Formats: sequence, C-alpha cells, structure tokens
Amino acid sequence: MKLEMINIIKDEYKNFNTNLKIGIIIFFIILLIGLFAPFLTQYDPLYQDYNSLLLPPSFNHWFGTDNYGRDIFTRVIYATRLDLQIGFYTTYVPLIYGVMIGAYSGYFGGSIDTIMMRLTDTAMAFPFLILIIFILSILGPGIQNIYIAVFLVAWTMYARLIRAEMLVEKNKDYIVAAQVLGFGTNRIIFKHAMPNIITSCIIFSMFDFVLNILLVSGLSFLGLGVQPPIPEWGAMVAEGRDFILNAWWISTLPGFFILLTGFALCLIGDGLSERFGKRNQYTVSV
Amino acid sequence: MKYIHYIFSKVFSILPVIFGVTIVSFFLIHLIPGDPVRIMLHGRATDEVVKQIYQELGWDKPILSQYFDFLFNSIRGDFGKSYIQKALVSDLIFERMAPSVFLLIYSAVLSILISLPLSYISSIKVNSYTDHLIRSVGLIGFAMPPFWIGILLILLFGLYFNIFPVGGYGIGFFEHLYFLFLPSLTIALFLSPMLTQSLRASILDNLSSDYVEVAKSKGLSNKRIIFTHVLKNSLIPVITILAVNLSWLISGAVIIEYVFSIPGLGSLLIRAISYRDYPVIQGLCILFSAMVVIVNLLADLCYMFINPRVLK
Repeated sequence: MKLEMINIIKDEYKNFNTNLKIGIIIFFIILLIGLFAPFLTQYDPLYQDYNSLLLPPSFNHWFGTDNYGRDIFTRVIYATRLDLQIGFYTTYVPLIYGVMIGAYSGYFGGSIDTIMMRLTDTAMAFPFLILIIFILSILGPGIQNIYIAVFLVAWTMYARLIRAEMLVEKNKDYIVAAQVLGFGTNRIIFKHAMPNIITSCIIFSMFDFVLNILLVSGLSFLGLGVQPPIPEWGAMVAEGRDFILNAWWISTLPGFFILLTGFALCLIGDGLSERFGKRNQYTVSV
Repeated sequence: MKYIHYIFSKVFSILPVIFGVTIVSFFLIHLIPGDPVRIMLHGRATDEVVKQIYQELGWDKPILSQYFDFLFNSIRGDFGKSYIQKALVSDLIFERMAPSVFLLIYSAVLSILISLPLSYISSIKVNSYTDHLIRSVGLIGFAMPPFWIGILLILLFGLYFNIFPVGGYGIGFFEHLYFLFLPSLTIALFLSPMLTQSLRASILDNLSSDYVEVAKSKGLSNKRIIFTHVLKNSLIPVITILAVNLSWLISGAVIIEYVFSIPGLGSLLIRAISYRDYPVIQGLCILFSAMVVIVNLLADLCYMFINPRVLK
C-alpha cells in the first residue's frame, strides 16, 4: 500500500510542469526557513539592543537593525512562522465548510439554495477588506479576531465556486446513475461528485492564500492585526514607515518575503491549473 | 419591452442585497461588547451625557423600530452624527468623497492602460516566451502587497529622484493628476495583473471563435483580424471585469490613501476606527457596498446595450 502511494506520487511528479516545480521548491525553502528559524540566526527577535540602533545591512545584521536595535532578518524569519500559519488557517478552514455549504446548496437547490446565495451576495457586496475592518473595529484588533472575522466572511467565495460546479455536475450521467443505484446523498456528493469539482477550489485556494497573507499583513500595517512587538511582515513594514528617510531597509526588506511567499504560491496555483487543464482565476466572480 | 423587463429583473435582484447590507451594518454595531456609547466616548462621559446620546441616536427604542429608522434614514443619505468629530456623517463623507472617487477612476484608467497592451501581446503570442514573461511578472505583481509597492514608489520617485509628491491631494484638476499619480500607479500595479489575466482569457476565447475563422479564410492579415474584429469584441468584457474587481479596487484604495495621506474616504475610515467612531464606520460601509452593488448593476445595464444577446 505504501509502495503504491510512493509510485503514484512519483508518477504525479513526472507530470509536474516547471511552474509547479519552482513554486513548490520556493515554498518548501520558505517553510524550512520558518521551521529552523532559531538555527539560522544568533539573535532574538524581541531583544532590544540599544548599542546597535538603525544599523544598515551588513555582514553581522543581514537586513540591518530597526529603531530598537532588533535584528530585522531575525524578525523576518520568525515572522514567517506566524504569517504562514495565519495564511493557512484563514484559507483552509473556510474552504472546508464553504465547500460543504456550496455542494449541498448546489445539489439540493430550492429554497436553501436561494437563501445561501442571497447570503453570499450580501457578503460579496461589501469590499472584503472593508467588511473585515468593520468586524475588527467591533471585536478589537488581534490575531484571534482576524480569525473570527475571516471565518465569518471568506467561506462565501468557496461556496459560490463549488455551487457553480455542482450545478453542472449534478446533471451528468454518473451522478444520475449513482442516484438510480440508490446511494445516499452524502455518498453521492462527497465520494462521487467532490473529486471532480474540488480542483477549481484547490487552485483558487492558492491565490486565496496569497490574498489572505496580503490581507493580514495589510491589517497589521494599519495596526488592526498582529500587535507589536510580535514580528509580522506587514507590521514591520509599518514600523519602518517613520524612518523611511534615514533607514530604508526597515520597511522595504520584509516586503520581499511577502513577495517571495506570494510568488511561490501563485506559481503553484498557476501550475496546478495548467496540470488540471482549468482556467486559473485570481478572484471569484460567478 | 424586453429591455424594461431585463432592467426591472436586475434592479429587483439587488434589492435583497441592499437589504442584507443594511441588516449587517446595523446589527454588527449592536454586537459590540459593552456599552457602545461609552466606548465611543472613551469612558469620559457622565451618565447624563450618555443618556442624552442614547436618546439622540434613538437607541432607547425597541431594536426593530431602530432598524427601520436606520434603514429609512440611510436611504435618505442620513447616517447619523459623529460624536467624536462633532459633525454629520453625511457631511464628513461628502467632503472627502472627491479625492477617493478621483483616485478610483484614475487608477482604473491607469490599470486599463497597463493591462490592455500587455494582454494583447500575450494573447497574440500565446505560449511564447513573451507570454510567459508577462504572466510571471503578473504573478509577481499579484503577490506584492499594495502598501509595500506604495512605500517603494515613495522611496524611488518621491525621495530618491524627487519628481513626484509623496502625499496630499493638491488644488485644481492638473495638480490632482500630478499628486495622485503615485497612489494610482500603486493600485494599478496591484490591479492590472487581475485585469491582464481576465482580458487575455477573453481575447483567447474570441480568437478561437467562428468569426475569426471566417476572417482568416477570407485571407485577412493577422493584424487586421485583431484590430478590426477581435479588439471590439474583447473590449466589452473590460467593463464587467472592472466592475467585478471594484471591491478589490476599493480595498486597495483604503490602504493606499493611508500610505499617501490623501484626505479621502479611506483615511476617514481608518481614523474613525482608531477613535471607534461607529456611526462613521457604519456609514462608510454602507456607502462602499452600495457603490459596489450599483456599479455592478450599471455594468450589467451597459452590457445589455452593448450586447443585446443577454436579453434572450
């Protein structure tokens, strides 16, 4: 059984295109950097060294130091852990129940479907960032509240996406055959239809991952997300804004890590969409 | 008759959305833990003042009648009063509307100017090195956080080359164009990858359609086919694509207004959040979502006139 899995993965790997390979390699490197952060640096991300304030990038401090004398490279690689974690949860938790809601409402149709679609219409009428900011202004800033706000809103896109696919899929012969055979609804939806309709969601989830990292760093940039002194990419860019005239490295260099992570995920998404022969999409607009 | 039917069905389909938007914006405020008025006044008010504000806001009435008051007032454009800035919310919004709308239109125009040529090149030379290059650069542009692009542009053009102002709005139309160039470029750099990708797909769809085959078999040159036939047909989706992406445009504009300190709705929103000025936040949320809904409706209606086939 194990050998079979390895063979399947090997065969699959042969079919990978360049985009997918490059994307996976970059993302894996970023993951390793986050995982082995303490071994890659000799500094502490929170330690304030008042003898080395605002030092430019050098051999000792690769990305320089900030206005509290903290090593920026250390903070950036520690922030990798937090940002990837937040990005992962805010993407894949809503995906799970978004897909379930979308699949059920597409399969059953009727009044449940209408209510669900009006709900998603309403959620999508708000610009995403504005609605999240609105919820955060009520709950207060912080990581936990970002989770609550995103979990409340983000499922709508997946529900939309999977519902549109389900509407096409449920009239196909194999689903009708399964119905005729008397299989249960859950079995039809999750064992028969889901493997065929989930791919577009997985492709979109890669771009959504990028957008969520941008969202969280944007919220932290505005002071609504991760609170200082915890290192986070967007918050670090914001901290450097006041020193941009004499210390450009504080706010520019952390941004490259956002860019690199986002680029890797975009490449994976692009490669996956090519692999599955689907058109990739950055945003949902059904 | 068909037109009227279509228009009515479209307008009626947005009514539940508008209703939902007001419900969300109204009831979320009531979910604030603790006393919203005391939080709004930062605990500095006496009991009498708090009571008076409750009466002025109508928050001592039953919740449903509050909601209907809120609904009818918002339809009239009255979003209540800001107790922190001591002004009507509608006045606050109105005086800051112009820079934001200017920024939105400017960045939409810039992103069309960037993405049209790029999508044409990449769809004509599909799967060539140029196409791959444009797509990869697009992916990089998509992955860049807008606030970071803004800071890089400020560093490069504002502080290093010193050719563009790094903030503010200016006086008069041409000064607006000059002052808002960097912010609009920032939003355009974030938005144009999405536009380029959708446009490329729509041009490719057009290129594989029957009328292009006919034009080819007539012996027209590739250039001619693209500029006289395909160009017109694939410009149509630009309207819908822009309308769909309007919510991203607004989200980007809020952060960018903060980065470049433009006195627009975005900076009003962010200041309102730091002061917990709930009526202003509520009003802005309704305004932004109404903007998205109405622009999408207008795009649908425009589309109806351009492409009457949707009526069938």
